Amino acid sequence: MIYNILLSGVGGQGILLAAKIISKAAELAGYEVTAKETHGMAQRGGSVMAQIKFGEKVHSPLILEGTADVLASLEHIEAIRCAHYLKPGGLAVVAKQSVIPVTVSCGNAKYPQDVEERLNKLFSNLKYCDCVKEALELGDVRLANTILIGMLSNALPLPMECWEKAIEGSVKPATVKANLNAFARGRVIS
Amino acid sequence: MKKLYSGNEAIARGAFEGGVTATFGYPGTPSTEILENLVQYSKQGVYCEWSPNEKVALEAAAGASIAGARTITTMKLVGLNVAADPLMTLSYIGVVGGMVIVVADDPGQDSSQTEQDTRHYARLAKIPVLEPANAAEARDFVIKGFELSEKYGCPVILRTTTCVSHSRSLVEEREPRERNATCFKSNVQQFVPLPIWGRKLRVKVEERMVAQAAEACTSPMNEIIENGSELGIISHGVTAAHCIEIFPEASILKIGFGWPFPDELFKSFAAKVKRLVVIEEGDPIMEEHIKSLGIACEGKGLVPRCGELTPAKLYAIKQQLYPEQTLPQLPSIVEEAGDLPARPPMLCAGCPHRGLFLALTKFDVIVSGDIGCYSLGVFPPLNRTDTILCMGAGFTIAHGMQKAGEQKKVVGIVGDSTFFHSGITGLLDVVYNKGNSTLIVVDNRITAMTGHQEHPGTGTTLMGEPTKSASIEAIARACGMERIRVCNPYNQAETIAIIKEELEADEPSLIISRAPCPLHVRKPMGPARVIDDERCVNCKLCLRCGCPAIEVGANGRPSINPTACNGCGLCDQLCKLGCIAPSK
Repeated sequence: MIYNILLSGVGGQGILLAAKIISKAAELAGYEVTAKETHGMAQRGGSVMAQIKFGEKVHSPLILEGTADVLASLEHIEAIRCAHYLKPGGLAVVAKQSVIPVTVSCGNAKYPQDVEERLNKLFSNLKYCDCVKEALELGDVRLANTILIGMLSNALPLPMECWEKAIEGSVKPATVKANLNAFARGRVIS
Repeated sequence: MKKLYSGNEAIARGAFEGGVTATFGYPGTPSTEILENLVQYSKQGVYCEWSPNEKVALEAAAGASIAGARTITTMKLVGLNVAADPLMTLSYIGVVGGMVIVVADDPGQDSSQTEQDTRHYARLAKIPVLEPANAAEARDFVIKGFELSEKYGCPVILRTTTCVSHSRSLVEEREPRERNATCFKSNVQQFVPLPIWGRKLRVKVEERMVAQAAEACTSPMNEIIENGSELGIISHGVTAAHCIEIFPEASILKIGFGWPFPDELFKSFAAKVKRLVVIEEGDPIMEEHIKSLGIACEGKGLVPRCGELTPAKLYAIKQQLYPEQTLPQLPSIVEEAGDLPARPPMLCAGCPHRGLFLALTKFDVIVSGDIGCYSLGVFPPLNRTDTILCMGAGFTIAHGMQKAGEQKKVVGIVGDSTFFHSGITGLLDVVYNKGNSTLIVVDNRITAMTGHQEHPGTGTTLMGEPTKSASIEAIARACGMERIRVCNPYNQAETIAIIKEELEADEPSLIISRAPCPLHVRKPMGPARVIDDERCVNCKLCLRCGCPAIEVGANGRPSINPTACNGCGLCDQLCKLGCIAPSK
């Protein structure tokens, strides 16, 4: 059995750090892990995707469409763009966050106004939360991605101590406590 | 102990464990992180450098190898085009210390202008190519590459792809081998390929390939995963790894050492299976050869030629292979995603290139651009690039157009790192041959696109040592360029005035648009801007600079995202009513 997790968002949101934490937690739990990042131009505001797979034996680092156990996204339309990767009934975790692309600000494209309806229609098993607001309440907008990890963590067979160790080993020492808090906050969001 | 390594980190680790002494490269996605990771071993005596370009890097690595050291050189696919000249001759004169040329291909063109298949270069240069499927193999194959290189006295190409370079998997760390002693032994009949000796070297190359092909047949880098005889698949690198998951019912010959071709292995595998399919990412190199051996197989009739061979594409091949079985359809992109706005990469908030391109929108000129962050000047709303060819061609395309009698004035742009890479010869051409193009170096003081690597103009080496900083102005003057202007691209009035004066000159001229990349400097340039909503008439002039910090929300009015704004002040200068100001 291989677990497939797909993360999506916009360059600069912390998707790659989230991928690092999840893959580290799976590694600590004793699984074979692969993690593929799309980050060629990530810093420049493009769409970013990360794919994590873990199990007894993993060959390919890429997830086949329709087989992701979890889809987690820090941005509305980036969740919709990757919806076809999720298996039927799989868990979708989406942050209530719209990042307006320049294509929209220039007037060359429109950002959909009905994103929440689309998410509800697409995902039968949806966790939807204003991670940015939650992060600001915890004192730092950059904790949004750790809240997202907390939200998806229950869907994966990884023990709490592995999550905690993975966070401790992946974030700056000064922010470990804040990130552990953010993870705990995310874990209880239903 | 096993640790998660990306393919690129594992290549660096493999070079270190394999006893590498000196490493050379030029940044290029997806290869850049290899040297960035190798530099951590400089404390243990590994020499690491960013060379000005890939040709220089490969030649320097050749020198290190001929002196006896193990060496690697790293580049992206198109970098090997630049380095092709020394590669071809190096294959003849050969090497002494193990030399691995790491070339990162980019199937799917995530961040490259072409999708060329580096295996062609291995055939052309008549040297082995190794193709790891994951990080653990990447580490192992670098070490095996050193061993093959020393055994046969020729360089070896390690071909990785974006999917291998940028995916992580578990790698067991091992102790490093002792480094070779460096001691050059002169032998002109080997190291000087004058025709009299070159003809003898030519024969040795052919003999060497016969031995290498025999070794490839038994090499553990080529592996058979047996699963019955109904279907056999020959694949390579990470594509073979995808095949193992998509075709669990098939026997798979997973090729990691595919050139010189392991003919006997192809034949024996083909004899074991009833139906043979060759699944290659890129060109049908193995397929055409296998067919030439008289072996019946299927290939590019089923397998897409273009793009990355993703699991979904392999699944589509499977559906074609078994038309009688109705395999379930894969979900395609959902209907709800059909009208979503694209999110292309763009110049960052506060990018100095934005000011230069914005100034260029005032002029009816042709803009010949180049490779770097500033390639993004092509996108709306700036739309200020007309052509891009390759590193350094920003200058030379402009020169050629002008010499052909193009009526419009042509502006040629290169970046600072690109100027040192291959812009200098173009500038020399313009001056020497009496062109009158306006050349611009967009100098943001770093190799930015690939993630901020040092270059000859930054005053720092890859190993963090202070060094001489090459002057673009002094180089241009030495080439005979007499009109040299420097502008601050954040100052629109100044930049526009300078461009206007230089376009009017009837002689070659160079503008250096100079301001450091704010992402590299890592501090805001000023307080975030705010739009005075009461005075804003929603004319949207501020949107003309295409800054990602200026957003148009649901109310249709522009506003500035304070966490995204870098405080560069460019938009202040666009607002005719003066209603954009620093926040207090």
